[in-house]
Amino acid sequence: MTGETLTSSEYIKHHLQNLTFGRLPDGTWGIAHSAEQAKEMGFWAVHLDTLGFSLGLGILFLWLFRLAAKRATAGSPGGLQNFVEWIVEFIDGTVRGSFSGRNTMVAPLALTIFIWVFLMNFMDLIAVDLLPQTAHAADVPFLKVVPTTDPNATFGMSLAVFALILYYSIKIKGLGGFLGELTLQPFGKWGLPINLFLEGVNLIAKPVSLALRLFGNMYAGEMIFILIAVMYGASWLLGSFAGLLQVGWAIFHILIITLQAFIFMTLTIVYLEMAHQEHH
Amino acid sequence: MNINATLIGQSIAFFLFVWFCMKFVWPPIMKALDDRRRTIADGLAAAEKGKRELELGEKKALETIKQAKQDAAEVIALAEKRAAEIADEAKEHAEAEADRIVIAARADIEQEVNRAKESLRAAVSELAVVGAARILEKEVDAKAHAKLLETVVKQL
Repeated sequence: MTGETLTSSEYIKHHLQNLTFGRLPDGTWGIAHSAEQAKEMGFWAVHLDTLGFSLGLGILFLWLFRLAAKRATAGSPGGLQNFVEWIVEFIDGTVRGSFSGRNTMVAPLALTIFIWVFLMNFMDLIAVDLLPQTAHAADVPFLKVVPTTDPNATFGMSLAVFALILYYSIKIKGLGGFLGELTLQPFGKWGLPINLFLEGVNLIAKPVSLALRLFGNMYAGEMIFILIAVMYGASWLLGSFAGLLQVGWAIFHILIITLQAFIFMTLTIVYLEMAHQEHH
Repeated sequence: MNINATLIGQSIAFFLFVWFCMKFVWPPIMKALDDRRRTIADGLAAAEKGKRELELGEKKALETIKQAKQDAAEVIALAEKRAAEIADEAKEHAEAEADRIVIAARADIEQEVNRAKESLRAAVSELAVVGAARILEKEVDAKAHAKLLETVVKQL
């Protein structure tokens, strides 16, 4: 499974490397063919696989739901509409349960997060070697199929949520109110530096924890899939044991990917609810 | 696992997706759900109303049937009474008719008897005249003895 020339560690490293597009050392723009090259590209490079899969899945989600939305009637729903309505009602219920403000953006935001993150996590359940090996055959050096195992993706989303938190905090409480919240509690105006430090950490922890939780879970899950895949190459005994493990972990992982998508969504709702609360 | 511009791309994509979802996905689905909720509520209300009306109708139907039965019983009683009346009338009528016929018949008979008596009288008077003539061996003048004859006739 790992190929003749690859050692286990090379195999794992290969699997954890994104397909990076950026400025090569010779000054031209192109795809990095090694981890070092990718590293040298610095900030102004993009992970084509992460962006490609996440955009593709996002568009798939919106296309599917838009299809259902266009056909949505008050009559008896068909299969797709039923499924979509079931999810929408679930999200709507969750948002109503934890978000008390009036904001028509929160529910669609929660829906987008839940389905998009779920779909991105779901890529984890596709056999670890299937897509990278296919890509390898097509001369693509690296391919990491699960966008949420790339911190860029999770931080991208959590920073977007963070931007929304800041936007609504300032919009609802006013700039003064928001700054007051950051500086004047819990110790009153004489404890201003300590307040700022505590509340600042509190604020910054939101996007960081949001992104790292999802990334960490998905990364660990992916890593276990890779390690199981490594076992296939060991011996027939270990290989068949690995098969059992693979099935077990995949079934367990279905729970994890749904749960992580749900947690990301719920925390986003909760953070926005906090941003909307004027009293504190 | 380098942090790079992918992050920016992902953020932009995130906002675009949320915007699209908010604009084109969420509202129609929620509208359909609300519409269906309303339709179902209306349907249930209509069903409730229909049920009530059905109950009312059944009650009314029962009442109508009861009324009709009562009417029918009355009509039957009336008809029976009328039938009895008609039968009585017919009987009375027949009896009267019979009486009338009997009386007429009696009158006829009496008349016939009288007529027979009359002709018998005439015949007897004639026979008496003829008998007398034989006895006397001469013609009896009927006119001469008219008075006598009349007396004889009257005695018959």
